[in-house]
Parts: sequence; structure tokens; C-alpha cells
Amino acid sequence: MTAPIVQLVSSRFQYPDSFTLARSEATGGYQGLRKALTMTPTAVHDEVKAATLLGRGGAGFPAGVKWGFTPPGVWPRYLVVNGDESEPGTYKDRLLMERDPHQLIEGCLIACYAAGLSQCFLYIRGEMALAQTRVAVALNDAYAAGYVGRNVLGSNFSVDIVLHWGAGAYIVGEETALIESLEGNRGMPRLKPPFFPAAIGLYGKPTIVNNVETLSNLGGIIVRGSEEYKQYGSETSPGTRMFAVSGHVRRPGVYEVQHGVTTFRELLYDDQFCGGIRDGNQLKAFIPGGGSSPWFFEEQLDLPLEARPVGGAGSMLGSGAIVVMDDTTDAVKACLRVVRFYARESCGKCTPCREGTSWLETILQRIFDGHGRPSDIDMLLDVGDNISPGPYPAASWEAEGLAAVPFPPKQTTICPLGPSAVAPVVSAIRRFRPEFEAKIRRRAIGIPVRVEESTHV
Amino acid sequence: MSRLTPQNEAIALEIISRYPRKKSALIPLLHLAQEQDGYVSDDAMRHLAELVEVTPAEVIGTCSFYEMFKREPVGTYLVNICTNIACQLLGAEELLHHAEHALGIKAGNTTSDGLFTIEDVECIAACTEAPCLTVNYRYFYKVDGGDFDAIVEDLRSGRQPTRKAAETGPDGHIPPHGTLALQRQHIPADRVAGNADPDSAPAPAWLEQP
Repeated sequence: MTAPIVQLVSSRFQYPDSFTLARSEATGGYQGLRKALTMTPTAVHDEVKAATLLGRGGAGFPAGVKWGFTPPGVWPRYLVVNGDESEPGTYKDRLLMERDPHQLIEGCLIACYAAGLSQCFLYIRGEMALAQTRVAVALNDAYAAGYVGRNVLGSNFSVDIVLHWGAGAYIVGEETALIESLEGNRGMPRLKPPFFPAAIGLYGKPTIVNNVETLSNLGGIIVRGSEEYKQYGSETSPGTRMFAVSGHVRRPGVYEVQHGVTTFRELLYDDQFCGGIRDGNQLKAFIPGGGSSPWFFEEQLDLPLEARPVGGAGSMLGSGAIVVMDDTTDAVKACLRVVRFYARESCGKCTPCREGTSWLETILQRIFDGHGRPSDIDMLLDVGDNISPGPYPAASWEAEGLAAVPFPPKQTTICPLGPSAVAPVVSAIRRFRPEFEAKIRRRAIGIPVRVEESTHV
Repeated sequence: MSRLTPQNEAIALEIISRYPRKKSALIPLLHLAQEQDGYVSDDAMRHLAELVEVTPAEVIGTCSFYEMFKREPVGTYLVNICTNIACQLLGAEELLHHAEHALGIKAGNTTSDGLFTIEDVECIAACTEAPCLTVNYRYFYKVDGGDFDAIVEDLRSGRQPTRKAAETGPDGHIPPHGTLALQRQHIPADRVAGNADPDSAPAPAWLEQP
């Protein structure tokens, strides 16, 4: 039985003017902030902790617990909003920023109030011009209405929310790279430890980095209370989550579903969601949590959309991005395209990633082009092992007697970008090795051309 | 090209004032320079270095890391075609090839009339609307070859694309390359809470319990 549809963060999407202050206020906007201001910051923090609001950016860490990691007595503390959505397949933060910017602003304010954060920087991905416009207008309206800035709603709570925007770099979605970028630098991740943002973040000061969807939940949690919030979703993953389902399904779309109780099968096949695979085709594989996640197959369809079981089954729920491939898909081509992304987006700081991702791309390209060598499959796995040593997370394959390797992978790099490039390689080779071998066997004929005959300069 | 105009310099100073450290404003300022000239010129970068009090080398260091900053002129319309996995599965590579043939250029290049630049880009967060593209960062969804031709034809004739982009300028047209948000944040002087100086900001007033 599919859990009923509950819209907690996308409730205003039905209105054409959902992004305006008037619509927001007419539909309960800023009531969470008003209620929070009648409570002590500690009480607000406790409420968010009690709601077990898991981070929606990818790592899935409880937001309330994260806020508690700032060292006592060190000021100021900052809030950095991660709106740099760029994980392949991910499409929900842009919608939340474009369609309900006031909900996000309210969430920022509640977080700053509860965790004692003195200034907020709202970092929107550079390419998202409409989101930047909508958030800028929303901030201007919210300042004028007294929700943001000095003495919020007449209280002694004062905080500025500064709109910041990026310029095109996937790696900046990693929280320490985001901070580097916000300091005006090249967006290269920092070493953790010591640079855990909660302790040493923006300008070396304690910094909370939260995802757009995470913050967008806060107003509703405070209005409803954590008890009511926890009625939705599962016990360990309460509330709802936004999932973007793309690729070969009948109705691709962004769906808000109850967290932890809805299954992949329901989301992909149920008529109220994606309605099954297109053209009556069969499912070949699906990416469950963005380009960085190892692939799932038919056998994993009945897993709930919840971090722990998905991790145990060898992948991750990541950023709520499901990409579905039907049986017409060329596994080598799909694998190459995902790997190419990481090769292009590697920041170049760590050698295993900078060199490894490029080699993975080079080798996969020559296999795809029909110039693969028999040793190439092992070489791909070996390059992957240099980035991510040991057994790489993978889904079980009962027919072949292969057990699941749980998430996360090990890494020889500072951040998870490099290991992410290994996910499609291991997934595709483990499951579709004959496709790779067939491409290597069926070598393209090279046509020799003598240099002096070439007319090209 | 040029340094920032006095008008843009005033905008730059307002942006800088919102950060505890001036260099934090660098990426928004590089966008401002790109909005002014269509690309980021060397002179503009020198000017920004003065404004945020770093060396020009630091400015180009940051500038060169980010794909959106163009350090040489591009077409009036920057057409970014996503070929990442979700779009690829639904025909993005075919769309890119169609675009290359239709405009007679390879991805990464500009048509000789200076009107169009095509780029083969990574995921632009419209995966459920694949295949998708942006023109000067305005989205077009579920685009096929015919749609692409119509968009190009409209833009060539100076018309608003029939398949309307998600956000156009006040006159209904796609703004020139470099312009992102159509509105800027402005914090009124009587509402500003003030920057939290990393060296001296006190504990937040609202945390002090009575």
C-alpha cells in the first residue's frame, strides 16, 4: 500500500504566485518564525533535534545534531546555505528556490535564531538566474516587511541574509569548497580534519552549512511541532523528501513523498508517480541518489527510500535524484557519460582524482569507440581502486551469488568527488561485463592515413 | 575592454559592503563585469583587484576556476546544451549534434556573426524535463531539433522565442550574455543588521537568557 501523498515543502507549488510574499503570508508563511521567536533558541533547537530532520543535500546527517557541533563560546557563527545543486539527476532545490523562496528564508531565520548564527550567506548556483531573481526579490520584500535584518519582528534577534551566487563548478557543492568559494577563492575542498566547518569554517569561524531543502522544512516543523512532523515518513527518517525521477519512465517528475516508507518500486511504477518504464520496456538499471551513487537494479526496487537500508544495500539515497535506464540503454555509454562528468569537474587538488578520473574517461572512451584492449576492464577497476581502495560499494546480485558491499567507499582523496567517479564503473562492469567485453572484441577498424596525404593543417 | 563604469562601481561597492571580508564579493563582482562587457576583461579584473584589495593574479586565479566566466567574447546568445546522463538518455547528444550542424560550429565555438555560442554542459538541474538547454541561462525544456531551429530562427530575427523561456527580460526578450538575475538584493540602511566581523563579533544578543 503506497503511503498517502503529503506535501510539506511543495505545498505552495500549486499557486502561480507561490513565490510572492503575499501568497506566502496568506498560506501560513513566517508563522514558524513567529512561533520560534516566542520560544527560547534552545527550545527551537531541541524541537528540530526531536524532529530528526535529516540533511537533504546528500550526506543525510541530522540537522539538529549538526548545529550542536559548534564549539561553545566561539563567535561569530555563520550559516551558509548550500543552493549549489549540481549533482547529476538532482532537481529539487532549484524548484524550492524559484517557487517558494520565502519558505527557504524563513528556514534560514529559524536556523540562525536556534543555533546563534550571526550572519547568513545564501549561495545559489550561478546558472540559476531565475532562482537568483526570485530569492533577491523575496529577500527585499522580507527585509521591508521586517522579517529579516535588524530586530526581526521587533525582537532582539537580528541577522542579515546575504544573497550570493556561484559561477559554475560542481565541486562547490562540497561544503568546504563552498566556503572557499564564498571567501572568493577557487572552490577546492579543505582537509577534514581540521577544517570541519562547524568548528573551523567561513573566515575560520564556526559555520553551519545546510541544504536548501533541509532549511525549507524548518518553518513547517516549528508550526506543526516535531510530534506531528514525525507522523509522516518512518521513525528513523521522518517527514517527506523531494525526489526527481528522470530518464526512461512514463512520467518523469519531481515528487514529494513520505520519507523512508515509500519504496523505489512505488515511486517508479505507481500511477500516481512515474507510472512505470516508458514504451512497456524493461528496467535495466537505475541510479538511486545522483550520479555519485552506485547503480541499483530490479532486485533493489522494494527498498524503502531511506538512507540506512539503501546504504546497506550498496548505494546511497544522496540528493534525491533517481535516473532510470531501460533495456535499450548502452551500459558502457551511460557509464562513460557519468565518468566524464567527474573527469570534467575534478578540481585537481588530489592526484588520484585528477589523474584517475581522466584515465577512467580515456579508457572508457576507447572501449566505446571500438579501440578497447582486453586488459582495459581490469585497468578500469585498478584505476578505481587507486581512488577508492578495497571493495567498492555495490548492489547484490543474487543470480550470480554476489553479496552487497555497503556504502560508503574508502577514499584516497580529500573529498568524495573522486570516489564518485568509480561508482558507475564498478556498477556497470559488475553487472554488464559482457557488454564491455563485446565492445572490446568488436574492434573498430583503424584506417591508416599517410601524413603527406593529409590536407589538414 | 574596460574597467567598471561609475554606475557599476557603485553597485560593486554595495555588494562588497555585505561581506565581512572584501574578497568574498569577488565572484558576484566578476559576474558584474561580465554583465557589463559580455565577458570578463583584463582591465575589469584589475579594477576588481583594486576594489577587493587583492592582486590581479588572485582575481584571475578565482576567475579561471569557474566555467561561467568567459575571458574572451562569446556570442550574444550562449546556448548551453546539457548532455549529462538524464538528458543523454533522452537524446541530448543527438540534439547537440543537430545544433552543431544547424549552426555550422562545434561545441565551444561561436558563429561567425557573433550571435551564437554552443556549449556541451553538465547537469543543469532540469533532469525531469530532458533534454534541456539554456540560452543565456534561461531554460528551455524537452527540446528537439525542430524546437532548436525555431529558437535560433526567433533569436536571429530579434523575436522572443515562441517556445518561451522560463524567464525573459522586461521586454520579453532574453537578456544578453552576462546578465543573470533581473533584480538585485538591496538591504535598506534602516533594516541592515550588519556584518558579523570574524575577529570581533560578540555573542548574539538573542542568546543571552534573562
